[in-house]
Amino acid sequence: MTAGQITAIQPVQEAPDQAGVAPFGPKPRRISAGRIGIYAFLVVAALFFLIPVYIMIVTSLKGMPEIRLGHLFNLPGEPTFQPWADAWRHACTGRDCNGLSPGFYNSVKITLPSVFISIICASINGYALTFWPYKGANLLFGLLVFGAFVPYQVVIYPLIIGLSSVGLFASLPGIIIVHTIFGMPILTLLFRNFYAAIPVELFKAARVDGAGFWRIFFHIMLPMSVPITVVAVILQVTGIWNDFLFGVVFAGRANWPMTVQLNNIVNTTTGVREYNVNMAATILTAAVPLLIYFISGRWFVRGIAAGAVKG
Amino acid sequence: MQKSWRRRFHLPAVIGTIPMILVAVGVFVIGIGFSVLWSFTSSKLFPTYDFVGLAQYRRLWADNRWLVSVNNIWFFGLMSITCNMVFGYLLAVFMDQRIRQEDLFRSIFLYPFAMSLIVTGLVWQWALDPNLGLQEALRNWGWSSFSFAPLVSAETALYALVVAGIWQGSGVTMAILLAGLRGIDEDIWKAARVDGIPTWRTHMSIVAPMMKGAFATAFVLQCVSVVRVYDLVIAMTGGGPGIATSMPAVYVIQLITVRQNVGQGMAAATMMLLPVLVVLAFSGILLWRRNRLREAGA
Repeated sequence: MTAGQITAIQPVQEAPDQAGVAPFGPKPRRISAGRIGIYAFLVVAALFFLIPVYIMIVTSLKGMPEIRLGHLFNLPGEPTFQPWADAWRHACTGRDCNGLSPGFYNSVKITLPSVFISIICASINGYALTFWPYKGANLLFGLLVFGAFVPYQVVIYPLIIGLSSVGLFASLPGIIIVHTIFGMPILTLLFRNFYAAIPVELFKAARVDGAGFWRIFFHIMLPMSVPITVVAVILQVTGIWNDFLFGVVFAGRANWPMTVQLNNIVNTTTGVREYNVNMAATILTAAVPLLIYFISGRWFVRGIAAGAVKG
Repeated sequence: MQKSWRRRFHLPAVIGTIPMILVAVGVFVIGIGFSVLWSFTSSKLFPTYDFVGLAQYRRLWADNRWLVSVNNIWFFGLMSITCNMVFGYLLAVFMDQRIRQEDLFRSIFLYPFAMSLIVTGLVWQWALDPNLGLQEALRNWGWSSFSFAPLVSAETALYALVVAGIWQGSGVTMAILLAGLRGIDEDIWKAARVDGIPTWRTHMSIVAPMMKGAFATAFVLQCVSVVRVYDLVIAMTGGGPGIATSMPAVYVIQLITVRQNVGQGMAAATMMLLPVLVVLAFSGILLWRRNRLREAGA
């Protein structure tokens, strides 16, 4: 309840500011009642965002008998990490009772190569579009941007047919290809906008010195692309880790990512519903992207905003 | 000099962008072309080229499940985009009041967006579960007549999806609009204040119109995610109760997997593509006209 305390302290502490030194606030200052109102709104909003996850965490630490009592908001009487261990190793989807861990490793196996390949492709695209536009290149780019808005359902079935005709449907390479395809529009846009801001003189100088397409890319552009690559990595890791639709359609049963396994574990209709195990499994699935989110901070927001910018 | 480099045909550039060529042409042109083509055939589990004209579309629009899905997406889209924008803007405005712990609040508002929609769906499925969630908790606290179980009833399940969508997405709207608010010149606020215009009026009549770009960005982002809404429905309601929360995206996947009716599925997918095409064409024309006007002006 630290936020509540802030509400109380706020108007008093802000008071000296009201004298108004140089870079004083853009908005008209409120009387203290207004300030309290602002914090009240923000705290209530924060509770809306926090309560569901609070429920999940406390429930995942309770035993089933305690959950049946129905005191949803109470802290666990006898905290236990057994549900977490069960979620990781023993939770059942139908007949298989291996928990989420296979899904976790599958997600890692899918995410790492997909992120790497899609970013390499997109950076080359962005570089070529900016500095080496050949005839028709901009039309291709236009098509790609169009692809960013297309509902996935229009493309999924042709992709199923295409991939199975080369024997890659329901396989690890298959799902990696699919993630590369659907990551390409946004990432290419990202890299193209980034390279477009680089002074063209740099490129010209390298050309005068006789460097070719690949040399300029690997020796000049790639080293300069670190910031945009970080944004792209954040965008892709969270996006691919959180994917469900492509995983369930294209990965094949043996490679199902964590999100698919989670949904199967939770929404399985057989047996007793072990809410504590299910919630622990849910938190485990959300853990990787949440970790990235909290580590990357403002970069994450930048990635979303960059992804949303239109070409 | 530069021009001659740029215009010449460079083989390495083409080779380097082979993946892009394959994706742009192979997936987004040929792939979509096949989808549309198959929508005119009687394909069942596998694609055939037995053309049946518009029969699949007729059957599609006679299918109650599809009609419900279309109604749902409009309702869900309107509700969630409106709520998201209003709530996101309010959050952004309140965040912009030089508050303490801004980073903390920002993290709290935004973190659901980092999580999978599957996670969001499950979280809210539990929070609204009548035997486990809010209803049971409040009854245990002594409010025994309290009744709140939107997911069990066909009339209210869609509202529950909207709430979950807001929970997941309004933080992003907030972040985008906050960036827009911060980009507005402080003098505007000062001038409005000198003129004695109330703050809410300044927001409505001066600031909001100036943030057109930020609103457009947030809006486009919302629209794309609404059309694609699939994971959330699967995790939270599975399309139920009955078919009450079915959506076009769910409908298409069901047709091509469970119900093995590719022809009709592709007809539905083509119907999903249509509004996107219309909007893109419309904005393309607007953009083109604006560019032409600018050129004429310059």
